[in-house]
Amino acid sequence: MQNAKPGDRPLSDPLSQDMTTPGAVISARGLSLTFQTNDGPVHALKDVSLDIKKGEFVSFIGPSGCGKTTFLRCMADLEHPTGGSITVNGVSAQEARKARAYGYVFQAAGLYPWRTIGGNIRLPLEIMGYSKADQAERVARVLELVELAGFEKKFPWQLSGGMQQRASIARALAFDADILLMDEPFGALDEIVRDHLNEQLLALWARTGKTIAFVTHSIPEAVYLSTKIVVMSPRPGRISDVIDSPLPKERPLEIRDTPEFIEIAHRVRDGLRAGHGYDD
Amino acid sequence: MNGQPSLVLRIGLPLGFGIAVLVLWELFVVTFDIPRAILPAPSEIWAAIQRSTEILWVDWVQTVLKGALTGLVIGAVAGFAAALAIDRVDFLRRGLLPVANFVAALPIVGVAPIMVMWFGFDWQSKAAVVVVMVFFPILVNTLAGLAATDRMQRDLMRTYSANHTQTLGKLRLPAAMPFIFNGLKISATLALIGAIVAEYFGSPTKGMGFRISTEVGRLGIDMVWAEIAVSALTGTVLYGFVVLIERWVTFWHPSQRRSR
Repeated sequence: MQNAKPGDRPLSDPLSQDMTTPGAVISARGLSLTFQTNDGPVHALKDVSLDIKKGEFVSFIGPSGCGKTTFLRCMADLEHPTGGSITVNGVSAQEARKARAYGYVFQAAGLYPWRTIGGNIRLPLEIMGYSKADQAERVARVLELVELAGFEKKFPWQLSGGMQQRASIARALAFDADILLMDEPFGALDEIVRDHLNEQLLALWARTGKTIAFVTHSIPEAVYLSTKIVVMSPRPGRISDVIDSPLPKERPLEIRDTPEFIEIAHRVRDGLRAGHGYDD
Repeated sequence: MNGQPSLVLRIGLPLGFGIAVLVLWELFVVTFDIPRAILPAPSEIWAAIQRSTEILWVDWVQTVLKGALTGLVIGAVAGFAAALAIDRVDFLRRGLLPVANFVAALPIVGVAPIMVMWFGFDWQSKAAVVVVMVFFPILVNTLAGLAATDRMQRDLMRTYSANHTQTLGKLRLPAAMPFIFNGLKISATLALIGAIVAEYFGSPTKGMGFRISTEVGRLGIDMVWAEIAVSALTGTVLYGFVVLIERWVTFWHPSQRRSR
């Protein structure tokens, strides 16, 4: 069925429109991506189907090689699927990227060292042609949002790792994109900083109503943040479980000690183990 | 905060060493009664400099200002422009880069007489030699610099749907600057050598290379050393100037960062 798919359904086929769920911001159908390497083909993603609705906070969790980052990069049109289809805001991932539909936060802050923090946040605004006054107003606003007001004139290398990562989030928030794609943004930070940033991220999500896709390898982080947790497993990369979180939208850090939280965490862990059982 | 020696130490130490070398040199020449034709004492070289200030100035203008600097500017701009073109058009990368490689391998003693034939005896031919010499280091270093961005930095530009010019201006050129300045530092030294050596193959009756070659013939070794002293000083100042601009432009690079 996998191999037959691309031939069966050309891109222009009206059927592909019917496949997308109405109201879904991101919709993947039978998505596959195979990398050709010297050791033969690697199935980074195989037959992945998922809908992300507007305003959802969806986490992708799984061991390395499960394709969670690849999936996110497909949404961002940074990677090209070899099978299946993906739509973002109802159009192809490429059109969505060209329409600047999303902000992307990478594993590392990736701030340009020759630009100040303010200059880095201004970068997408300059490229997208916002007016000077609008740029200044937006930079001030997102700096406030990530609690970095007053650091506008500092250079990235003068700030701590956590502050740099917050600046990179501000950079992704500065322009009008309804979707935020985050690839293990807090992976390199220590536990305390990470807790704090998680709280801030939830507050920010509540305030902005953005749709967030969030890749992580931390179970507590995924459970704490998400309305939906997608558990993935490797070789080939696929979805092994999708958990809709019953936790309320309002989440103090202490929620992590409640039975509901622990129960979801258990289910995630079971899902990870099931998909990973045949080795280590 | 530590490891920044005071100004006195930074300037005083090398200066002290320099003076010590000159003093030892003077003592050595006087004590062992070295013939002037072999090695003149620093005091004699200084006397020659004072005696011939006007000639040295004329030579300096001819060789440094007209020959070396003109050639350096033209060669650097040409190398930079060629790098941008090669970077943009793959056809040029395959076609032009090997040719540039080939030109870079040409020996200066072969290039200089040809340039004299093409551009005449005056400074234009010297500038042309310098252009040929500095073109390649600038080209190669700029190309390396343009390739020096990492994948995440480029992906970021892609998520913004930035076009080629925007990516070039806001990411790749700033990232290339440390490399370009490496090329400029190499070229600054090469330009001076090129302009002086090129004068050996024909020049009007002025210029540092011309002076050195004729004074050697007349056994005016103190004058030879005076020209050498001037060219060494010029080279140092030119290099230092490039380093200063580099510090200003690439302040953000880990090798340049100081406490801010």
